[in-house]
Amino acid sequence: MPRHEPWTPERASEIIAQHQHQKGATLPILHALQDAFGCVPLAAEPLIANALNISRAEVHGCVTFYHDFKREPGGRRTLKLCLAESCQASGGRALEKRACEKLGVDMGGTTADRRVTLEPVYCLGLCHSSPAAMLDHEVYGALDEERLDELLREAQS
Amino acid sequence: MTRIYISRDSGALCVGAEAVAKKFRDEAKERGLDVEIVRTGSRGMYWLEPLVEVETPEGRVGYGPVTASKVGDLIEAGMLDGKPHEKCIGVVDEYPWFKNQTRLTFARCGIIDPRSVADYQAHGGYEGLKKAIAAGPKGILEEVLASGLRGRGGAGFPTGIKWRTVAETPPQQKYIVCNADEGDSGTFADRMVMEGDPLELIEGMTIAGIAVGATYGYIYLRSEYPHAFETLNIAIEEARKAGFLGDDIMGSGYAYDMEVRLGAGAYVCGEETSLLDSLEGKRGEVRAKPPLPAHVGLFGQPTIINNVLSLAAVPLILDKGGEYYRDFGMGKSRGTMPIQLAGNIKHGGLYETAFGITLGELVDDIGGGTYSGRPVRAVQVGGPLGAYFPRALFDTPFDYEAFTAANGLIGHGGIVVFDDTVDMAQQARFAMEFCAVESCGKCTPCRIGSARGVELMDKIMADQDRESNLAVLEDLCETMKWGSLCALGGFTPYPVMSALTHFPEDFGATKKRLEAAE
Repeated sequence: MPRHEPWTPERASEIIAQHQHQKGATLPILHALQDAFGCVPLAAEPLIANALNISRAEVHGCVTFYHDFKREPGGRRTLKLCLAESCQASGGRALEKRACEKLGVDMGGTTADRRVTLEPVYCLGLCHSSPAAMLDHEVYGALDEERLDELLREAQS
Repeated sequence: MTRIYISRDSGALCVGAEAVAKKFRDEAKERGLDVEIVRTGSRGMYWLEPLVEVETPEGRVGYGPVTASKVGDLIEAGMLDGKPHEKCIGVVDEYPWFKNQTRLTFARCGIIDPRSVADYQAHGGYEGLKKAIAAGPKGILEEVLASGLRGRGGAGFPTGIKWRTVAETPPQQKYIVCNADEGDSGTFADRMVMEGDPLELIEGMTIAGIAVGATYGYIYLRSEYPHAFETLNIAIEEARKAGFLGDDIMGSGYAYDMEVRLGAGAYVCGEETSLLDSLEGKRGEVRAKPPLPAHVGLFGQPTIINNVLSLAAVPLILDKGGEYYRDFGMGKSRGTMPIQLAGNIKHGGLYETAFGITLGELVDDIGGGTYSGRPVRAVQVGGPLGAYFPRALFDTPFDYEAFTAANGLIGHGGIVVFDDTVDMAQQARFAMEFCAVESCGKCTPCRIGSARGVELMDKIMADQDRESNLAVLEDLCETMKWGSLCALGGFTPYPVMSALTHFPEDFGATKKRLEAAE
């Protein structure tokens, strides 16, 4: 179960220092920060800009460009439902509706108890076994209502 | 001792392969069986996953799909001796769906332990690199040019010419970049290589490095592929330990090393120039060409950027010779194409075959039609930017030029099957919506055009000035096609216009009107 550390500028600087010497270090730094804190808070931007000797605007532009980077931590677990064409062809839209209803959230939302964030994803590369989903880093394919319900229970546990 | 092979490919994991492997370990321990479990990639027959293979004197006998609860039953039925069972498919190499393929790039996938350099070498791995070192940069370029290999990422540009362009630049820091941002729905061949035979890709990149004088490489991998990330990193480390990466590759004096970088969920970063910007740590915005990446690429240096499948085809080309590879295929499409069967399909998976097979053979005969059992209505070929084909075009041969002539593209070789419940107007709207969400924003036709496209589709579907809005939609598609900077905006009209042309009834349009408009 992913647990995130509380944000501190000291810890963030430490993480940035571990990666800043790579060429093109921005994405590796952003990934590392998100792995640690569950998001890349606004407060991280000036630290990254300083370390890489680029403007804060450049960092901000980068963070906001990519779908992966969050501004606030999500739920304890993240359930990504694939909604790309292959999964659409295999009943993915109906599963999306069911998941939203069962969790009581819209796509992109987090349950009130902060246990699960439900997100769309555009292709997990499991199109041979559509519809597919990913719970944190675990993959699930050939979903039907029954398997989805099982997955939702697992996500909420 | 009996060897059992179970895939660790995420396509197998997503249907429970891990639980099956664990159950085998537990049962073997409990029953005191002398069993070794080897974790492989996938053979690509995903409707049979989790597929369990047992080594027998006749060959590897397969059982699938296996669930953890069936493991005890299978062992009691004598599966460790390859005995019959309702789940048994016989010797896997003889299974028709597998046997009828021409597996060049995927020759080892599903067979070897992808994390073992020794296993890779026992199956012909690193023979290409040995010959490449002996042939030198000029010799490598000759073989790649002779093979007729074209970029498997979608654009189909001749790989040898791209490489020669980089080789001809003056000596300086050059880079090899592998585009592993396999974002197209319906495609998973790159993932299978990276999880099932990653050393083939690493070897291909090493050969590319020697050919053009590049000493460092990056694999830009999409973040949706955590299993491929893990396997690639292990394989790179193993290759380094065995002397196949580093300052002096196999004692040849050539230096080449590499690493994997993760993307961050942006579809447009599969476009080569936006990928380069992303690797440099910027927003993944598309660059105007020229200059070509071959001249001004990563960090401003000459760069080869190729798709996973293009690079993975190289070791075999060097090992067997360019002519050998060229002898497969048709017309200007040489060699094999790993075709990916996806969506609402009975036999979903990877089918590697020479160019020339028809779309109908792929969908009906090999794919077995829909999983739902309903009639096939449309197939989308080549990802979110590929055209929708009706049954009437099922005689189109799988070939770059033939698909272009049919107003489509083969792209990365993914085929997504839809049954007769699909609403093609919805699919057209989705294509526009996807483009709007994923547009990098740099050029107007893509950024604004796609947003207007969604609005137009909403009006058309609501029967609001349908005829005139359809005309505007066609006009908009024309503008996006010719005015966009890259394939995202430029190809989004393919799914939209093909849906409208072949399935006008879903748009409330009549076929006649469209024919008259042409």
